[in-house]
Formats: sequence, structure tokens, C-alpha cells
Amino acid sequence: MKNHYDVIVVGAGPAGSMAARFAAEKGVSVLMLEKDRDVGYPVRCGEAVSKAGIEEFIPSDSKFIASVIDKFSMNAPDGTEVVLPLEEKGYILERRIFDYELAKSASAAGAEILTRAYVNGLLIEDDIVCGVKFEYRGEQHEIKSKVVIAADGVESRVGRWAGIKTYIDFRDMECCAQYTVSNIKIDPNSLYFYFGEEYAPEGYFWVFPKGDNSANIGLGVSGMTGRKRSAISFLNHFMEKNHPDASILTQIAGGVPCSPTLEKIAAQGIILVGDAARQVNPLSGGGIASGMIGGSIGGRIAGESVKMKKPDHLLSYQKAWNDRLGKRHIVFDKIKNGIYNFSDKKFNSIAHSFSKVPMEKRTLGNLFKTALINNPSLIIDVAKVFVVK
Amino acid sequence: MIEILPDKCDFCGCCVGICPEDAIELKEAEINIIEELCTNCSKCIWSCPIEVLKFNRNGVENSSE
Repeated sequence: MKNHYDVIVVGAGPAGSMAARFAAEKGVSVLMLEKDRDVGYPVRCGEAVSKAGIEEFIPSDSKFIASVIDKFSMNAPDGTEVVLPLEEKGYILERRIFDYELAKSASAAGAEILTRAYVNGLLIEDDIVCGVKFEYRGEQHEIKSKVVIAADGVESRVGRWAGIKTYIDFRDMECCAQYTVSNIKIDPNSLYFYFGEEYAPEGYFWVFPKGDNSANIGLGVSGMTGRKRSAISFLNHFMEKNHPDASILTQIAGGVPCSPTLEKIAAQGIILVGDAARQVNPLSGGGIASGMIGGSIGGRIAGESVKMKKPDHLLSYQKAWNDRLGKRHIVFDKIKNGIYNFSDKKFNSIAHSFSKVPMEKRTLGNLFKTALINNPSLIIDVAKVFVVK
Repeated sequence: MIEILPDKCDFCGCCVGICPEDAIELKEAEINIIEELCTNCSKCIWSCPIEVLKFNRNGVENSSE
């Protein structure tokens, strides 16, 4: 550990590791600090991702792929099931291995990594962020840097210390609980989604297969729902009703910020990436691929800014992110707001209509088109972000 | 006064993300409400997925310490 780095990354999840890797690849010195003892553990994630989403950054490898997904099963409140074949394959990951591999790739590019390093403040001079304060092995440290990259997740505080508004409205927070269970019989290549009042109002319930006879079973509900009833009580209800014999291997809680990206994700000496920047896809709640994209753009621009000795170049990250995904996420958020408080009756009628669509015409775009048939302006939005056959 | 039940907490950070006052501090397996900053707005209670936070009208000391 040196007393100065060009770039310090706070948090070693997918976004942090990609930020560290892409910065290091520009030939600058990088230190990544992780508050937990292990990179990749504890896992707080449903672990679903598209094949293309990870292959932009790391080749598919069976050691971190628990299941290969080729279809969705969408389940309406009255039990109507609609199967949607996927054109592009998806995966359920083993995040504890996947995150490790990503961190290793950052390390291979030249980044240094410290775990159990808890960042508890920023060094700020003349309103410019210039390093971090952190606790490591019981001692308080300070390290200077030219750029700090906040990749500290949904619980991010680093951005706040730099004066950026990062807290999320409780209505936009999907509050999640999940069990990883064994001894259940489901299609190992299908993701199951359940909608409606009983299982997950203002959110969705998921059953994602994880290898043989095992699955991640969980849900997210908006803080609005959480105000009345907690995620865990919905989860326990589902398990008692549908899988009373399952063994629970792991239980986790977590928050997924389902909103457009923060208005400000770059300032003098600091940028925010991943969940900390609210770069999650607000419609699906998926944040692995988008976080890696945010991290890679942020890391590259941070590296360039140091290399070129142009601190202002850092601010171009904002536009680069918006052009790549930020603007798309605004559209996803509009679609989410159009559907997330549909009544059970509405979900049932969508499922009945979509059941009549022939298999070869079933796409996510067409499903949203069916769902929003009475809302022409949102159908245009659907066409912007989905391939509609 | 808001109280965190440390034995039940999963340290997921959901409450930290929604706290408008930056009044919750989360380490690896340690969580504290910073009382001087907390305004008792209760948003953390609503967002907790596993019912770890509760409002205590009697003003019980933060039991996570």
C-alpha cells in the first residue's frame, strides 16, 4: 500500500472491479478498497444476467454459471402461465465466484486490492475530492488520490460526503428478501416471475433455478408496500403455499434502487458507478451488466483524465453514461411506472390476451405492448427499447 | 426513536440507501443509527425487507452498541 494512488475505487462488486480494471488498463495506479472480508460474499442478488451482458467483459465460464436460461415463465395472479422463449440466452450466476473472477481481472490489469478496508470519509481540499479516509486492521488511514470512484453499492455514502444527493426515494427502492433453497422441482432453464397483490404488489416475485433442484426464490416490493407489509412476510407466505418441503440454504435481504440514474454522477475528483450511481435497470431491477458498463466507462475516463492531466475530462463520464444507457433507463422507468401498480384483474387479462400470441411471436417487447395496449405513448417507448415483432 | 435489532439485521444497506439524513452507518456486520442526524422520519422502517428496524416511542437507547 502506497500513500498516493492515481485512482481509488471504493467497493469491489462488479462495477468497482470493472472501474479498477479499465482505469488500470490506462496505465495509472489503482487501489480498490472493499469493506467486507471477502470479495463476492455475502451475495445480495437474484444472480440473473444476460449472456451478452457479461461477455462484454469476461468470457462465459462454467465455474461461475449455475444455470443457463432459455425462457421466461410469467405467472398472473389467477395462475395463468405464459411462457416466453428467449432469443438470447441468460444465466444464473454464482456471484461469489463471478465477483472474484472480475476482481482478479482488475488485479491482472495492475490494480491493488484491500479487503476489510472500511472507507469512512473523504479527503477534500478547496471543494475537490482528493482521497479517502479508511479503517483497516483496526487503524485509521488516509490515502490521497487524483480520482475517487464510488462503487459502494445501494448503501452508498461516499457520494454524499462529496455533496452529491444520492439517497433514493423509498417509493423507488425495491426492498428484497430471498432464500436460496434446495429440494424443489422446477424447469432448470426457465426463470419464473409472479405478479400481483398476493405475492409481490408493486414489484415482482421470482424463482430462478440455480443448478440441480435448487433455486433463488425471492421478491422485491416498493417501500410503499413495505410500509404496510415486509418483503420477508410475502416470501414466507409463498414458501408455505408452494414449497413447504424446500430446505433453505441461505437467506438474504437487500435493496434495489429502481429509478433513473442520479442526476449528478460526476464532480471534481469523484465519480459514482453501479448501484451507488443508481445505474440499475429500473424496469427489471437488474444491475450486474449495467453496473459493469457504468464501471468500465467510469474507470476508462478516470484513467484518461489522470493520464492526460485533465481533471475536467472526468466530468465527461456523465454524458458518456447517459448516451450508453442512462437515456434508455429513463424510458425503462416510464414503462415501469406504467405497469407496476396494475391490478390483479389487469395482470390476468394481459396473460389471457398474450396466451393467444403464437410462440414464435412472443417477445418481451410484444408482452409489454400487450400490457400497455391502452397507453399509446408508452407503446412508443416500448418500441424504443425493445425489439417488437 | 428508531431502534435496530442487531441480532436480526442482515446488514444489507437498504435503510442506508433511503435515509435522507445520512444517519445510518454500516460496516461489515455492524450498523448504527447516528442519533444526532436522525429525524425519526421512519423511512428506514418502511424499507427494511426483514423487519429489523422499529420505532420505539419510549426512546430506548440504540441497542446495537
